[in-house]
Amino acid sequence: MAFVDLPAGSGFHSRKEPFATECLNPYVLRNDFPILSSSVHGKKLVYLDNAATSQKPRIVIDSLNRFYRETNANVHRGVHYLSEKATFAYESARQKVQRFLNASSEREIIFVRGATEGINLVAQSFGRDRIGENDEIIVSQLEHHSNIVPWQLLARQTGARLRVIPMNRQGELQLDGFESLLNSRTKIVAVTQVSNALGSITPVKEIIRLSHERGVPVLLDGAQAAPHMPVDLQELDCDFYVASGHKLFGPTGIGILYGKAELLEEMAPYQGGGEMIRRVSFEETTFLDIPHKFEAGTPDIAGAIGLGNALDYLTTLGMQRIAEYENQLLLYAEQAISQVSGVQIVGTASEKAGIISFVMDSAHPHDIATILDREGIAVRAGHHCSMPVMTFLGLPATTRMSLAFYNTREEIDTLIEGINKVKKVFE
Amino acid sequence: MDEISELYEEIILDHNRNPRYFDRVPDTANHSAHGDNPLCGDQYSVYLNIANNRIEDVGFKGAGCAISKASASLMLEAVKGKSIEEAETLIENMHDLLTGEAHHHHDEEVDVGKLDALGGVREFPMRVKCATLAWHILNAAIHNEETAVSTEK
Repeated sequence: MAFVDLPAGSGFHSRKEPFATECLNPYVLRNDFPILSSSVHGKKLVYLDNAATSQKPRIVIDSLNRFYRETNANVHRGVHYLSEKATFAYESARQKVQRFLNASSEREIIFVRGATEGINLVAQSFGRDRIGENDEIIVSQLEHHSNIVPWQLLARQTGARLRVIPMNRQGELQLDGFESLLNSRTKIVAVTQVSNALGSITPVKEIIRLSHERGVPVLLDGAQAAPHMPVDLQELDCDFYVASGHKLFGPTGIGILYGKAELLEEMAPYQGGGEMIRRVSFEETTFLDIPHKFEAGTPDIAGAIGLGNALDYLTTLGMQRIAEYENQLLLYAEQAISQVSGVQIVGTASEKAGIISFVMDSAHPHDIATILDREGIAVRAGHHCSMPVMTFLGLPATTRMSLAFYNTREEIDTLIEGINKVKKVFE
Repeated sequence: MDEISELYEEIILDHNRNPRYFDRVPDTANHSAHGDNPLCGDQYSVYLNIANNRIEDVGFKGAGCAISKASASLMLEAVKGKSIEEAETLIENMHDLLTGEAHHHHDEEVDVGKLDALGGVREFPMRVKCATLAWHILNAAIHNEETAVSTEK
């Protein structure tokens, strides 16, 4: 298929078995990302805000352009040539997601706008039928607002209650605290796989095991995990999983919801409209089977195809190799940052993904981010849409750098120089 | 001078390190308001004693970045002792200075003295709200508005 063609000069040679022993070469891979060679304020761009969104390889950018130039048509309705081609490309993208996450069937993959919409869909379609007054929904202290607010809305509608898995000062979830929350009123557990604010990798296998022992389904927020480590949904055995395309080096506006087929089949539609019905009359409407039951209206066809290409790209690099490379770079960055006096790393969980939050004695995170920006360095400053984490730690804000496989040690060195410039201004 | 040095002029750094009237509530305070910038978490409360149409005493509390804190500190220093009308004119002039908007009724630049140092934010559009926050709160405090002010309406 044309959409998966890799451009010449990609940072790899074989599209089949990734050579697991060979390390990634970020210096070569960077050439696949046009924006990474740009300048900001006259300085070379150092993009360390990958937890907010990742940059896009040329193969993704070009596939959007190519779709609109060569294939554009609506899906699942026309009998004409272009519609057939567009439908095939869109459904192929679904298969790519299924393979990337190792779901057992592509019927379990629903295209949504992003992880946020995926959680809202589950909260409403699963929650409103199955969660009632005095029932309990368990989330964790580490959650992004997108895995808190949809459940709060549901709780308000149904009279259910939100319970919170506690964390410690290192940013680790407390499993004993979790176990004591589980009871007969618990109807769902929704927890992140990686904290977007601190980078902690959470003990999801244990959480899933303990929940399933009591028959409670688990939703995993994989927005920060899927782009950075291998995810095997059949092995994890979670009941729902969400991820965002734009953090997976794909386009914005496309996301993934996985649900176990037996759960999705029983759930009511989330939105009504075209593309999701079998037959409509004013008396009764019947719906299509999954996954289309949950995809009302014309979907983001180009976005799904672009995401499919991004996943091909990641698969070729190998998620295990990406995880190993990013872990090495994380250790390098942690050591470098912790050696700067007056800087403290926030979040020191024993297992971490490529995210470092830090604070400085002399400067507020916003002042740090402004000065770094003038050095060409993109980081995030603020509460990272995780205000409960910040409240727990007693911090109004942190500065956060977040890695991708195209980041280099030289960029970390540039960050350290930038932090030293901040010190020079403020000390 | 590069833009960073213009943003963080010595006077800004000084008022950030040693904010004036900070962490104090005047015993005689009879006007106050709270405000925040929910996008970045900066939040301050401003306390005033207003007597005979004049701002007699001032104080503020809260936390935030260097720009927001220095702006609050410089502001209170400037308005202490001023009449309400004078303070209101200054609020208007500072709004124009910080946002770069020239109101049609101002034909020429107004001299705001050392508050001019805050004008460096104009080169940093994402930081303008840091500088304007304190002035919004002051305006609310003068009018004793019950509702907390916010940079996000």
